[in-house]
Formats: sequence, C-alpha cells, structure tokens
Amino acid sequence: MPRPFSPKIVTANDLIEGDVVYLTADDRWSRSHSEAELLEDEAHATIRLLDAERQQNRIVGAYLADAKAGPNGPEPVHFREAFRSRGPSNYAHGKQVAAGHQ
Amino acid sequence: MYRYDDFDAAFLAERNAQFRAQVERRIDGSLTEDEFKPLRLMNGLYLQLHAYMLRVAIPYGSLDSVKMRKLAELAEKWDKGYGHFTTRQNIQYNWPKLPDVPDMLDSLAEVGMHAIQTSGNTIRNVTSDHFAGAAADEIADPRPYAELIRQWSTDHPEFQFLPRKFKIAITGSPNDRAVTRAHDIGLRMVERDGEPGFEVIVGGGLGRTPMIGKVIRDFLPEGELLPYLEAIVHVYNRYGRRDNKYKARIKITVHEAGLETIRDEVEEAFVQTRADFEGVDERVIARIRERFVTPDFVAGGAEALEEAKADPVFRAWADTNLADHKHPDYAIVTVSLKAHGQTPGDATAEQMRVLADLAERYGHDELRISHQQNVILPHVRKADLATVHAELKRAGLATANVGLASDIIACPGMDYCALATARSIPVATQLAERIDTLRIEHEVGPLQIKISGCINACGHHHVGHIGILGLDRAGVENYQITLGGDATETAAIGERAGPGFAYDEIVPAVERLMLAYLEHRTDEGEGFLETYRRLGAAPFKEALYGPEKRKDAA
Ligand code: HEM
Ligand code: SF4
Repeated sequence: MPRPFSPKIVTANDLIEGDVVYLTADDRWSRSHSEAELLEDEAHATIRLLDAERQQNRIVGAYLADAKAGPNGPEPVHFREAFRSRGPSNYAHGKQVAAGHQ
Repeated sequence: MYRYDDFDAAFLAERNAQFRAQVERRIDGSLTEDEFKPLRLMNGLYLQLHAYMLRVAIPYGSLDSVKMRKLAELAEKWDKGYGHFTTRQNIQYNWPKLPDVPDMLDSLAEVGMHAIQTSGNTIRNVTSDHFAGAAADEIADPRPYAELIRQWSTDHPEFQFLPRKFKIAITGSPNDRAVTRAHDIGLRMVERDGEPGFEVIVGGGLGRTPMIGKVIRDFLPEGELLPYLEAIVHVYNRYGRRDNKYKARIKITVHEAGLETIRDEVEEAFVQTRADFEGVDERVIARIRERFVTPDFVAGGAEALEEAKADPVFRAWADTNLADHKHPDYAIVTVSLKAHGQTPGDATAEQMRVLADLAERYGHDELRISHQQNVILPHVRKADLATVHAELKRAGLATANVGLASDIIACPGMDYCALATARSIPVATQLAERIDTLRIEHEVGPLQIKISGCINACGHHHVGHIGILGLDRAGVENYQITLGGDATETAAIGERAGPGFAYDEIVPAVERLMLAYLEHRTDEGEGFLETYRRLGAAPFKEALYGPEKRKDAA
C-alpha cells in the first residue's frame, strides 16, 4: 500500500533578496508561511512545484516542505522550516522583524 | 605589509566586471540558477537559509586599518551593520542583496580585497598562524611561504583538476596555532642544527571522516618547500579516488595506500621536481619577503605593563588576552569577539572601526583574524596596553576570556547555513552566559569548546577539548559530545562520549563536564585535556550520564 501523502507547501528563496518565500494558492510568492497553499494531494503538489520551478527569474531552489494546517494557515512541521519561517535566533533579523517577534 | 601588485588589481577589476554582467543576466532571466550558481560560488556568493551570504577572503588572516575600515563600510552599507569572522580567517556578510553584490566587490577591490574563493577542486587559500610576524616562539614569519604557495598553485595547470579540494596550513612556530594536523598538508616550522625547515604533515582533515595528519617528512629544508609540495600533489593526483567524493581527499589516499608507500613515492617524485625547480622558488621568496616589512619597533616602556596591573580588571584581561611578542617591549593583544552571550566571531561596523583606529595608532597598522574567530593586534607596545584596553572596554571588546571556556568556536549552524542539521550559535551563547553566571572559567582555566551544526565540521568540533556536534534526530535537534580533542601540535580527534543531548540539555551537560574536571584534577596545573588523558573518559561519562551508564560501559 502506498504511504499516505503528508501535506506540503512549496517554498523557495527570493532571487533578489534571498529571503524565504512561499507559493500561495493565487500564485503569489508570500513572505509568510501562513499564506502558503497547503497541498494535500500528491499530484497537485507535483504540479505546483513545477509551476514554481518555471519562475526562475523570481525565485531560487523551490522545493516541497512538510506542513500542517493551523488556526491561521499552514504551520511548519520540521524545525528547519520553523527557523526559515522566522529568521535567525541570535538577532531579531529577517522575517521575525515584520512579524513582531514570535 | 603585503600589497597586491598591479597585475592583481587588473585581474580583480576584470573579474568584477565579468561578475557584474553575470548578475545582470541572472536578474533579467537570461541565466538560470543552474548556470549562475557555479559563477556566484566562484565569487564567494552563497545562498543560505534566509538570505545570500558573501564570503570575503582575508589572506593568511592579515589586514591593515584601511581594509578593516572597508569591511566596516560594507557591513554598514550593504549588510545589517555587522560581519562574521570565520574559522577559515575570512569574513562573511549574512544579508547582502543580489543586485548589490557587484558594488560590494568593486568597493572591496578599491583596497585590494576580493571574495574570490579559489573554489572547486584546487588548492585553496593557505591559512596561517594568527600570531605570524609577532610571536616570541616564531622561527620565521610563515606568511611569505603562504604567499609563495599561493602564487605557485594559482593557475598551476596540473592542479586545476585535483580529485578534490586541497587545503594547506602553515605555521612559523613549533607551537602549532594553525591546526596544521587537520589540513591536507600541514607545514610546521622547526629548526635543525640552526637551519629553519618544515615538518611536513599530510592527510589531516575533519568533516565526515576526521583524521589527524601524519608526518611524511620530519625535516624539509625551507628552500626545498615547493618541489616537495609539488611531489606530494603529483602522487596524490595519481592515487586520489575520483569515484567517490567522500573518499577523494588525501587523508583517504594516505590511509588506504599507507604512509610508507606514499612517502617512498613522494621522495621518488621529489628527485625530479627538485631538479626542475632549480632554485626558482628561492628567488621568488626573496622578492615576496620584501613585501612583508617588519615594523620599526620602538624600544622601552615595558614597565608600564606591570604598573597597569594594579587595576584588577586590566590584570584579568592581561592574564588571558596577551601573548609574548618577539620584541621584549611589545605584546600581542587578542581581542575577544566572544563577549558572553554574543555570537562568536561577530563584530559590528563600529567595533571594526575601533579596531582599525587602535591598529593605526598603537599597532603599527596591523591586524589579524584568528581561526578562533578573534581579532589580533599583533604589535602593541607594553607602554600603550592600558590605553588600548580602556578603548576596547568602551567598545565592548575587552572581554577577558581568550583561551577559556567561553572563548567558543561555533559555526553559523542552522541560524544561517543551508547545510546545517541543528543550530550552533544559541548553544554557544547560552553556554557562555551560563559560564559567566557560574563565574568558573578562570578557575577552570584553558578549555576549548567547539561547536559545529553538521558533520562538515566547520566549527572544528573534532579537535575541541569538548566538541559539540548538532544533529537532526528524527526531526529534533540533538547534540553529540566528543571529548579529548586537541588542535595543537599534539593533535587528537575527540572521542564520542555517548548518546546525544536535547537542545535544552546540552548546556547543563557541558556544565557537569566542567565540574567533573574541577573535582578530578590533581591541582590547578593540570588542564582539562591532561586530566582527561590521565583518567580516560570514565569520570566524564559518569558526569554526563550518571553512575549506571558507566557500569554498563565498563
Ligand atoms: C555557511 C556557509 C557554509 C557552508 C555552505 C559550508 C560548507 C562546507 C562544506 C560542505 C564543507 C565540507 C567540505 C569537505 O569536507 O570536503 C566545509 C568544510 C569546512 N568549513 Fe565550511 N561552510 C560554511 C561556513 C563555514 C564557516 C562560517 C566556517 C568557519 C567558521 C567554515 C569553516 C570550514 C572548515 C574549517 C572546513 C574544513 C573542515 C575539514 O577539514 O574538512 N565554514 N564547509
Ligand atoms: S559545519 Fe555544517 S552547519 Fe556548520 S557552517 Fe559548516 S556546513 Fe554549515
């Protein structure tokens, strides 16, 4: 039996700034994890990754990362993705500045 | 001070113009990331977790006030006001934006600096003793040799496609401050019958398969350096395994073929290379030496040091942060970038300017970066130490902890690095804060704690007295402790203590190790490493895991 598909989001880095970005359902690149499109179907996830990879002039290194549904939108599963969604822990730099420290 | 000559300046300008065009073509979409990536890496530009990172080379860790001010300017103008000094004697900027990078490179070129990573499978930047040109125990300044090796290896046809990258470290002193035994080739200067020469060490390295280098030649006269190195590289090129990237390093060649075999073949190749060189290198080194000018030292004033020690704060700093200079009226000042709770190796633009000013006014305009991620003022008159200390204090740079438990080496780990399996910086900062709260580091004495955020070992954890390796265990950060590592001329790879610790358990675990050492040492004169070597791991494992565990292991 195939393993059940665990939900994913498409994430990458912005070409110009390098900042972490997430693909939204309406085809934008958001800086916020909670705005990402949660992909619960494997075939759809594959298509969305291909959509992302075509946007070479906007982003770098798109990939699928595990995520789960939360009250305010998708939340990271792995700690690496949690760090990516916030910024470094040694300074209040990166995303956490805009998000008002989480 | 060594200066780039006109050729280098023209070369840099051309490289920068090329890269500017490549960045433009990447941004307008005519280059894909696959095409662009090797080009940006060649120019020191990486993509990390949250942003791009620019790695600027500081050859042999030597720089002057003009260069240091330039580093400060970059931090302010194109980054978030700080830079990170690394264990490879470079500086990294963590927040540049892609379109700004060509401007950053042009700005660096104004002072002869660059971010060119002699990347790929070639001979990399040569690293050297951070006390070079100043140390009391130095036989000769190693930097002219480092520069000789750089010139010889740059664009050397045979060495552009080595099986794997190749790192060389060199020290001009018998006391090894450049971790020569953890490099592909290590060169440690020694004297025989009054003649200077090198102990040549091959096959060291950290990373996935850590190995301590082995002595292939116990004494190589200094004039025969290049032909001998060339012979080693010939033999390596013949043997090196290209089938497996993890096995292609010279450490594996030496391990698999055996030191004796490699030595015999190197000596055989050396007969030919020595004949081919015909002393060319000796003429070149004479020319290079002229560029490393020894400052005009000013005699006198040494008594001021003892007088200044009446101030206990100065005294504590002098005890840990000063080292013996070859001139009796001078001292080497190590400026700690490890204020308790701060990110190891980070300096703000303002701090860089203070360091540049101090170097200019009191330090013969010289600065060095150490692989321990500190900054050195190599030539300070003892008469000026109290003033220098006061200025450092004002800038938050007078932490008196060099060589002590809170002088921690830590790689960027998962706060920045895309390859990381766990964080390392917050482990270092929390550990340093805990050590400060306990007020025990002066009692504990010299102790090297080194932290890496993955098996690549950029934080040198294998050679830390206490090494910490951050791993991902089933989606949770987990920290493995190694004990008994040594980065000096008595180099050793640390041994795994046992199961790893969770993120919130690692600081208390290291605290228990320090307390166990204090309990078991014979007296203050016995350092952590000596106690470990005398007693073995047992009492330390007990401190980490409790008595049951030790019984299991016995
Ligand atoms: C953040 C970006 C970085 C990346 C992507 C990176 C990547 C790597 C990789 C992949 C290796 C293993 C190479 C091999 O074994 O062949 C390595 C080795 C090394 N790195 Fe880094 N590194 C980074 C930052 C640093 C920093 C900040 C330092 C200094 C603090 C550093 C110091 C070293 C050293 C000394 C080695 C050699 C270890 C050995 O002897 O095998 N690296 N790095
Ligand atoms: S040791 Fe690993 S985590 Fe640390 S800088 Fe090197 S590659 Fe990154």
